[in-house]
Amino acid sequence: MLSKKARKFISLTLSLAIVIFMFVGCSSQTQKQTDNNQGKVNAGKLSGKIEVDGSSTVFPITEAMAEEFQKMHKDVKITVGVSGTGGGFKRFTKGETDISDASRPIKDKEAKIAQENGIKYKQIKIAYDGISVLVNPQNDWVDNLTVEELKKIWEPNSKVKTWKDIRPEWPDKEIKLYGPGTDSGTFDYFTEEIIGESGKIRTDFTASEDDNVLVQGIAGDKYALGYFGYAYYVENKDVLKIVPINGVKPTTETIEKGEYTPLSRPLFIYVSQDSFNNKEQVREFVKFYLKNARDIVPETGYVPLKQEVYDKQLEELLSGK
Amino acid sequence: MTNLQKRKLQDKIFHILVLSATLFGLVVLVILLKEILNDGLKWINIDFFRNFASRFPRKSGIKAPLFGSLWIIGLTALFAFPIGVGSALYLEEYLPKNWLTNLIQVNISNLAGVPSIVFGILGLGIFVNTLGFGRSILSGALTLALLILPVIIVSAQEAIKSVPKELKQGAYALGCTKWQMITGVLLPYAMPGILTGTILAIARALGETAPLLMVGAVTFIAYTPEGIFDSFTTLPMQIYNWTSRPKVDFHHIAAAAIIVLLILLLGINSLAIYLRNRYQSRMSR
Repeated sequence: MLSKKARKFISLTLSLAIVIFMFVGCSSQTQKQTDNNQGKVNAGKLSGKIEVDGSSTVFPITEAMAEEFQKMHKDVKITVGVSGTGGGFKRFTKGETDISDASRPIKDKEAKIAQENGIKYKQIKIAYDGISVLVNPQNDWVDNLTVEELKKIWEPNSKVKTWKDIRPEWPDKEIKLYGPGTDSGTFDYFTEEIIGESGKIRTDFTASEDDNVLVQGIAGDKYALGYFGYAYYVENKDVLKIVPINGVKPTTETIEKGEYTPLSRPLFIYVSQDSFNNKEQVREFVKFYLKNARDIVPETGYVPLKQEVYDKQLEELLSGK
Repeated sequence: MTNLQKRKLQDKIFHILVLSATLFGLVVLVILLKEILNDGLKWINIDFFRNFASRFPRKSGIKAPLFGSLWIIGLTALFAFPIGVGSALYLEEYLPKNWLTNLIQVNISNLAGVPSIVFGILGLGIFVNTLGFGRSILSGALTLALLILPVIIVSAQEAIKSVPKELKQGAYALGCTKWQMITGVLLPYAMPGILTGTILAIARALGETAPLLMVGAVTFIAYTPEGIFDSFTTLPMQIYNWTSRPKVDFHHIAAAAIIVLLILLLGINSLAIYLRNRYQSRMSR
């Protein structure tokens, strides 16, 4: 009985070892394959890897592009991560990724690191995102807010405690505030444009990185006010009321025409010039991106640019050879 | 009120207290399950398993994260089980008991309570950067293996400790070598406990997101891994991404993915129970 058990144990260890060897064998094979595929085209067939990382705001657009592109080029392997704009640039400036999604322009500090590592890149504007200010649908007194009023509400140590504190004719009820958390690019942009200094805001409001939490908060409270990305409003139109800012309501048209200021911001992708020049699959993907942006961007809840703007940016990239 | 009545009342109150303690967890679980099943069940069909992620909820599927999770978990088990059981054997059977052993013991127990993100940072430093495995399945699995090793070691140690001395001494008395005693008596006897601990640890690894985010699990990927150096995503990552999207339907497919994850966890746990019972019944024979 003893030896039987022992035999069983040994056979188990052996089979484990075999499985490990199989894994290792597999991996070295695929490793070779991808090396061969790097940036080569076989009879018009694209293959190889495209690595994208960066902003979670831009993610839905790049995801949609990757999805469509991969339908045409089955052998191209695209991965899209969501490390955030800053986290994406950290990898991009080290040369780890081909494309970086960004909800703000690259900072000088980040650009310097790219320069030190010899990474050349092009910034491409791909869409506009409007930041919308929202209240509960039962709120029948707010029909407009000015930028000054927004500042008064949101600035650090704000004296606004009730709606009456904003305009005397509004109800004497406590105002409940909802906004994105400090890790969000929306937060950075809003504070910079409204308060005048990035990152400065009053502290007594409900903050969440998950915009759906904000939607639910505002939808469930008559005296709530909050702000977040326009795309989240579009999906929740029936439970929220949007507030015009300085008399302009954010719509696809006002954002595209640049009338909805200051609360609309551009979204970018950053393309490594080296990858663009030397990797056929990256070049084709970026071309595809810019040619189809006008169709695909609206499907993700953002506002596209004019086709001429996309074309011009593509030309600049192509001439950067 | 007589003394007896008082004591009986005390007894009843305690009974109600422990009952409500149990119910608290159960009720929350039932509500959670009901919500998830309501939202997600109608989204589960064959295409849900065959498709990759898409911007249209209806066309979205969990092929990539499901494969990613299975690869990661398989490899994690492969790394963590032999190393964990080996360490436990060494600590219990070979290492002499002294202050150094105690120090090691305390450290291992301590590691079991370290937040998982810390292991993620460690994995990023060691496996991704220093050893150059990149943001791959291998790095992810090794990181998770590190994460669950303390739990496996501790539970394996407990299982080994529970083996009666008489059995071990009996084996020696019959002339067994240490190797024969361990493989013939100790391990078979301790195996149910070891397996239970291991599989519960692996179930925990299956639900982890934080360390995998650190070692670079991506969010969109439209191919299944072919080797241990490929990029990957896992079910918890995909669920997190879907729940944070604006479209309500994405929340529903997130619920559907949660159902799949729950079934997977349930499967792993029942495997644990099955294996334990099998070994136990073999022991009692």
